[in-house]
Amino acid sequence: MSAATPLGGRIFTRGFNTLLAIGGIGIAVLLWRFIAGLGATTGMNDGYPWGLWIAFDVVTGTAIACGGYAMALLVYIFNKGKYHTLVRSALLSTALGYTIAGVSVFVDIGRWWNIWKVPAFFWSWNFNSALLEVALCIMSYMAVAWIEVSQSILERWEREAKWPRLEAFARRVTPLLGKAMPFVIALGILLPTMHQSSLGSLFVISTKVHPLWHTELLPLLFLVSAIGMGFAGVVLEGTLSGIGFALPTEWKLLAPLSKSISWAFFLYLGIRLAGLALAGFPGFGFNGLTLLFLAEMALFATPAVLLLDGRKRQNPGWVFFSAILAVLAGALYRFDVYLVAFDPGPGWHYFPSIPEMMVSIGFVSLELAAFVFIVKQFPILRAARSSP
Amino acid sequence: MDRRDFLKSLALASTAAAPAFGRSTQKVAPADAAGLLYDSTRCIGCKACVVACRESGGLPPSKTDGLHDVQTELDATTRNVIKLWKDEKNPSVFAFMKQQCMHCIDPACVSVCMIGALKKREQGAVTYDKDVCIGCRYCQVACPFNVPKFEWQSATPKIVKCELCPERRAQGKLPACVEVCPRQAVIYGRRTELLEEAHRRIDAESTRYQPSVYGEEEMGGTQVLYLSAVPFTRLGLPDKGKRSGASVSETLQHGMYQGFLIPAVLYAGLAAVVIRNRKKPPEGKS
Repeated sequence: MSAATPLGGRIFTRGFNTLLAIGGIGIAVLLWRFIAGLGATTGMNDGYPWGLWIAFDVVTGTAIACGGYAMALLVYIFNKGKYHTLVRSALLSTALGYTIAGVSVFVDIGRWWNIWKVPAFFWSWNFNSALLEVALCIMSYMAVAWIEVSQSILERWEREAKWPRLEAFARRVTPLLGKAMPFVIALGILLPTMHQSSLGSLFVISTKVHPLWHTELLPLLFLVSAIGMGFAGVVLEGTLSGIGFALPTEWKLLAPLSKSISWAFFLYLGIRLAGLALAGFPGFGFNGLTLLFLAEMALFATPAVLLLDGRKRQNPGWVFFSAILAVLAGALYRFDVYLVAFDPGPGWHYFPSIPEMMVSIGFVSLELAAFVFIVKQFPILRAARSSP
Repeated sequence: MDRRDFLKSLALASTAAAPAFGRSTQKVAPADAAGLLYDSTRCIGCKACVVACRESGGLPPSKTDGLHDVQTELDATTRNVIKLWKDEKNPSVFAFMKQQCMHCIDPACVSVCMIGALKKREQGAVTYDKDVCIGCRYCQVACPFNVPKFEWQSATPKIVKCELCPERRAQGKLPACVEVCPRQAVIYGRRTELLEEAHRRIDAESTRYQPSVYGEEEMGGTQVLYLSAVPFTRLGLPDKGKRSGASVSETLQHGMYQGFLIPAVLYAGLAAVVIRNRKKPPEGKS
């Protein structure tokens, strides 16, 4: 079994340039946001003060990027060592996803020049605020994720004697990093457990979320669904990398891994429905939101049921399809809590503006471009027998 | 006992238990808490308070019909607004509503504010410090009354809301809206005295008023209190129970974290398992 190697190959392919161009448009729109303000560039308003950038880039994006967290749980805690080869690329997706989320927060907040005060003014920390916990955890986790990814980067510097200074640096740091790694890994599991649940806690205080979604179980539901989405993200990334870079397929690993999505989602459905049953299904009736709730339940149940079936799991098409449904289910749940089931009262509406969407699309493009660049330059994925 | 009865008795039991549980976590008003009492039945809708509030903060009118200030909602230049509710079936039945920050006893905006830009300061008034605000707008998400507003049109935006005129009060003056009210429809004072006055009015003219004072207990109680002839929900005041959102979320959050004890124990456990697994040959490694 071959170890991870840089895939090599030309960087500036047509696809890569297209991604950069789309990213560039997003950045240009951002300049306008910083000059003209949020009102001129986004659809957000006083009724819906959080929009696409929070619901998609931050909340949904970090949940899909939970692959590193989900794989670390599986490999280092449940000791499923056979999945170890999937960890590096999962961690890279995590580091990139969280970086995008961090940048998105920075462009979303109105008084961005004050952001350094959140970690710095520790004597003013308000521990009643779930958002403080989210902010500190995500900042720390971004660092943890990049430290974990840095192993691959150091490995290349050490392996190739191209740059003597970097090589010397890598030789010095790698053993230290190796010793610290169990503690970094443990932190890489603790922090997402805390902030992924807190992304749900954010709405416990709100009286404006529809009762079919508003529950004190929000933190648990966000955590469990994020783990399922993380596994789905690994399956999608593995499948697409395999196709995109013409790699020997990781299929033997992705197929059994996909069962974890099923477990996480059944757990999610159990908690969600039990909580609602105890509360007597408040707000359930003949209305649009009830329909949306039912659609959401169906979207969670479909991949959970499909992936429970051993024969379906042997079929890459079914697994890929189920993983897409799983990501959509988790995304829909997050959009519902943050936007659709959030009702500030009559007269308020929100739909993301075109510039708002262009920024989000631009960020995703840059994230993909960075992924492609890094896997070509550094040992993340297992080698292709013939590079494309 | 069928399922419905079971759920009903469960709900009853939990509401019976809730006050005892809620009281322990719910905050009480500071001893010197000051606030407003707005009597909707006395208000004539002259909007002198709206103009005075603008002048005191140097905030321009945001909406005009060419002649009048016709602002109908709070916004980034309107910290106080007079609204009119009219019965659609019977147009002779109507009521005025003065909306501004409620200065909650247990404010959601303060509970969620990361490094204390919004805080209960002198006499329990909820005031704003722009220097520690990052513009995250969680206060807007959390506020059950949709009070805090954001300067969407600015590249250096602030949160705008009624702060109960801290500078004026420091000089011994009344809040601007109170000072100009020609009918004393809105009065300023200690919350305890305002509550007494409100109940005195209800007792004296029980047919004139709804039987309760809005803000006495709603969502943990507020320092701005309302008397009305029409049901409070008609005035746009939400009917969301007596427990503050902040007490719900803070009880949950602190219950989960136990002063960071749970995360610390979890971290130690995770690190121990990772180290142990490292020494063990992993299962299924080919």
